[in-house]
Amino acid sequence: MRLDTLTNSIGEWLRGTGPESDIVMSSRVRLARNLAQFPFVSRATEQDRADTERMLRERIASVPVGRELDYIDVGHLEEIDRRFLVERQLISREHADAQGARGVAIDRLEQVSLMINEEDHLRIQCMHSGLDLHGAWDQIKVVDDQIEKVVSYAFHPRWGYLTACPTNVGTGIRVSVMLHLPALVITRQIDKVFRSLHKISLAVRGLYGEGSQAMGDFYQISNQTTLGRTEDELVQQVADVVPVLIDYERRAREFLVRETQQNVHDQVSRAYGILRTAQTISNEETMQLLSRVRMGVLLGLIGDVKISDINSLLIRTQPAHLQKLRGVDGESSDDIERARYLRQHFEGGDSSARASAN
Amino acid sequence: MWRLRWNRIDRADVCGDAMKCQQCDNPAVFHITELEAGNVREVHLCEDHARTYLNQSEGADPEGSSSAEGGSSKGSGLSTPLGVGQTADDLAVLDQRCCDMCGITFFEFRNQGRLGCPHDYIQFEAELEPLIANIHGATEHTGRRPSRQVPIAADEKFGTDGLTAIIGLRRGMKDAISREDYESAKEARDEIRAIEEAWAPPSGGATGQSGGTGEGKA
Repeated sequence: MRLDTLTNSIGEWLRGTGPESDIVMSSRVRLARNLAQFPFVSRATEQDRADTERMLRERIASVPVGRELDYIDVGHLEEIDRRFLVERQLISREHADAQGARGVAIDRLEQVSLMINEEDHLRIQCMHSGLDLHGAWDQIKVVDDQIEKVVSYAFHPRWGYLTACPTNVGTGIRVSVMLHLPALVITRQIDKVFRSLHKISLAVRGLYGEGSQAMGDFYQISNQTTLGRTEDELVQQVADVVPVLIDYERRAREFLVRETQQNVHDQVSRAYGILRTAQTISNEETMQLLSRVRMGVLLGLIGDVKISDINSLLIRTQPAHLQKLRGVDGESSDDIERARYLRQHFEGGDSSARASAN
Repeated sequence: MWRLRWNRIDRADVCGDAMKCQQCDNPAVFHITELEAGNVREVHLCEDHARTYLNQSEGADPEGSSSAEGGSSKGSGLSTPLGVGQTADDLAVLDQRCCDMCGITFFEFRNQGRLGCPHDYIQFEAELEPLIANIHGATEHTGRRPSRQVPIAADEKFGTDGLTAIIGLRRGMKDAISREDYESAKEARDEIRAIEEAWAPPSGGATGQSGGTGEGKA
């Protein structure tokens, strides 16, 4: 598979379709699995890793998982391509930065991704646009069952599926939603919300998962525990809280429009103005401003921009994507190129930038 | 008093839960679980405050304080205390314990926060139990189970541990070869093959599957 073909699509998590997609960007379920006959990845020799990688790659290719998969040999990718896959949420940062034999199998829709030799031997991920946790869970069950027919997962009757880190043991499941919560951030309610989520054992993370900062008001909410409850219960635990968060965010947006209309209109207009005119702009600032413009569009305060355009820019202005689209090399010119790309996009002066927004 | 400490594990890595130190704004990288008379108390501290905290409760730790300039605490005095019981000797003994299969010591696990192989969950079960109970609030898996039958070590209470035995055999075979004990190496290889065959996925379960596990090339 040629990665360059992916630059023309927007990827699943920013597709912007599906239920509640004004707030819920995507729903994701992942399972951590290990082969019983090899040491966990951090303890594995180079040979172990190569054997694990080959066995999983061959066995996965031998069963129908419901989707045609392309395999990417991550161990032999250039750094920019690894970063590109991270930006599309197809591999984790840890997987990108790891050493030795490893790879990822993905389907054309970029909904299914199977990381080999991440922290665990196998990380299966299913991602659906909008709020569709049960759909993602139903899909991942099929993939897991098929693979389980041809490998022996490390399993203990009491501890469940055995994982390299005890925080994942049991079901090995991580259920998460990516939410866009700008109004809760502006009204300074976000910390309160997160504290209450912590109390019910839900974790909050930034855009790119573990340890990452929240960028552009995007937050991932996921289950914290993996043992002692069934997968269905854990999916439901996250599913139950999402409508509450959606309601909070909607109310905060309504409040902003009702009480501070002039102010919020000013804020999103300024954000839009900067994106259209800046001469140099960082990734972080771009995300932040796009986030505000996205909210502005959804509130009807900015008329001539489509949500799909904003979603497209969110991915295309990230460093590796930008570099691939523009052929830019070197950090220093990144910010200048990003600003140029944004200007051309909004001015309609660059057909390649506009055509991309699907 | 039962005290368990799980030190120097960056939760941002472990479970993505980037936390602040309870004493200051720095990231908490030490997550200490105190189990006292059945009560669980968690303490989340940055490196500096953890040092103070641990020294207070453990008594002076000259090694720990002398390494204050060092950027990494790995291997410093701070990585030492995991208390089961009270004495330093107990700690040393526990830390030295290693897995029969992959050879990881409990000390290494504590430092890295990652286990070495599936058998660790059996080898270190007693030590891991309170840790797992603290993380998950449960000690019993209730979710999905692999549907495939376990062909050898058929006693279901061992799960897939019969297959995990290969990890130890492979290690033993390597050692035997390095001491030129080819007889033992051959025995280990044969044993590995026997286990692999017993555990091979059912033929016909997958198209294009040879039935072997692809590891019999030792």
